Amino acid sequence: MDFRILKRKLEIGNKIDDFLDNVSESGLLFKLGVDSYLKGNVESFEKKLEDITHTENQGDSLRRSLEEQLYMQTLIPESRGDVLELLENMDTLLDRFKGAVWRFEIECPTIPAEMHNDFKELVECVVNSVEAMVRSTRAFFKDVAAVADHMHKVSYWEKQSDKVSTRLQRNIFRQNELQLSHKLQLRDFVIHVDQIADQAEDVADKLSIYVIKRSL
Amino acid sequence: MFAFFMSSGLFLGWSLGANDASNVFGTAVGSKMIHFRTAAVWCSIFVILGAVISGAGASHTLGKLGSVNAIAGAFIVAFAAGASVYLMTKARYPVSTSQAIVGAIIGWNLFTGSPTDYNSLTKIVTTWVVCPILSAVIAIAIYKVVVFFISKFKLGIFSQDILTRYGLLLVGAFGSYSLGANNIANVMGVFVSVSPFSDISFYGWFKLSSAQQLFFIGSVAIAVGVFTYSKRVMATVGEGIFKLSPVAAFVVVSAHSVVLFLFASQGLQNLLIQLGLPPIPLVPVSSSQAVVGAVVGIGLLKGGRGIRWRTLGGIAGSWAVSPVIAAILSFISLFFLQNVFEQEVFRPTKYGLTPKAIERIQTAKISFIGPGDGWQGFQP
Repeated sequence: MDFRILKRKLEIGNKIDDFLDNVSESGLLFKLGVDSYLKGNVESFEKKLEDITHTENQGDSLRRSLEEQLYMQTLIPESRGDVLELLENMDTLLDRFKGAVWRFEIECPTIPAEMHNDFKELVECVVNSVEAMVRSTRAFFKDVAAVADHMHKVSYWEKQSDKVSTRLQRNIFRQNELQLSHKLQLRDFVIHVDQIADQAEDVADKLSIYVIKRSL
Repeated sequence: MFAFFMSSGLFLGWSLGANDASNVFGTAVGSKMIHFRTAAVWCSIFVILGAVISGAGASHTLGKLGSVNAIAGAFIVAFAAGASVYLMTKARYPVSTSQAIVGAIIGWNLFTGSPTDYNSLTKIVTTWVVCPILSAVIAIAIYKVVVFFISKFKLGIFSQDILTRYGLLLVGAFGSYSLGANNIANVMGVFVSVSPFSDISFYGWFKLSSAQQLFFIGSVAIAVGVFTYSKRVMATVGEGIFKLSPVAAFVVVSAHSVVLFLFASQGLQNLLIQLGLPPIPLVPVSSSQAVVGAVVGIGLLKGGRGIRWRTLGGIAGSWAVSPVIAAILSFISLFFLQNVFEQEVFRPTKYGLTPKAIERIQTAKISFIGPGDGWQGFQP
């Protein structure tokens, strides 16, 4: 054992920070992308699509490099499995944001103007829940005791997004002028976005177990 | 011939290295926090240092229990201890070399008719009971300090990992030193009074006594045990018997090392005497039982769930069973070596009173017969 391990520690700490920055940025890009889409600003929307794809690629390569480093250099042997699972779950959230933006691009759903605010609110809640999850994960690596301070916010925003999602779906199906196919498409969109918050909550549940395992 | 007779002691040293090194570095190596080779090098160096520098204290107590005065006798005592450790380990009974060697010495005392110093015996047995309890108490104290330290300084997962690695290495070195200092008595203690070595002075800088030379040889045997066989045992400890987190392992090894050091340090004993405090007896104790005591201490702190009380029962049983088996084996083997192989297993010792003592007894007007053949003791 020598002092190279200190260098590796700094390197891996920075990589984890960069990876979590990517997850956080993908949420912001998703929000900006949906805003551009609802405003009908195609150019800006396409730029966000490009950016989020780039961010997702960066996140993937960082995650792979982290996994390799954690295994090759036998760092944190007792928590390695948990950390890898956590990083993979966070990467899934990133993928989901990218997938949602692409879905807008592919399906080009027509969202009635009276639903724009609810849609924006849903996106806001989902992005906030993932952001709280990113903060919880950062705390897990830097100060385990602080994880609880952020983790309860994940559940809070998930519940808020459930409320908005229910309200939106009810409104969709009470719009008499929309065709059933249109209603079903909009409902799928709402569910797809809402599921990102659900998944963030699932990751938070797992994180709480990792925290218990790390408690001395 | 001395080398041949010492072989049983060396075997005992080898098995101690193979088994007890895992108490010090087992979790660190098993959980991949430290490479085996690093652990083996550190362990060997510090076991040798501990044995040569601080091995005399606990060895002296064993010498008082029974002074094995013939080389063939010492061979059998060490052999009986080694064999009973082997047999009981095979029977999956938790066993300690310290307890086996004490039983074997008592077996020698019984066979040769030498008196057993009951004062020393009581001291030794009490220490065995105190050792795991003290280890549990110390583990609880260290655990509290470590938890406070980690929460106070908000250590991140990677910083904690690195500090734990260095901590495990340092505390492993201290543990190895204490193991060498405390347990070399088990390996070489019985050979001290029959040692053929004479003191060596290194240009007047420092002197190696004959006992220290013996301890050096014994500790090299321990080191060989560490290198040749402890890897497998370490893997079992790290992954199986008690799965501890690296931080908990740090606490357990620290408590174990402190306890072994307390029961081996002459410097500490002198300091306590100077301060007018009761001295800690210097007695070889069981490294494994110190570790189990520390694990139980942490278990109790966490509410006592998951403690395997049967294991503890086994330890209490081994306090009685190990010495008895070793004593019987020692007695029988001494009989065979003396009567079948015609080896001198003891030199008869005559006890007598000096003329000065006789004069004092007569001045005190106590009538007595002896100390010739017809001596029947004091008659007030």
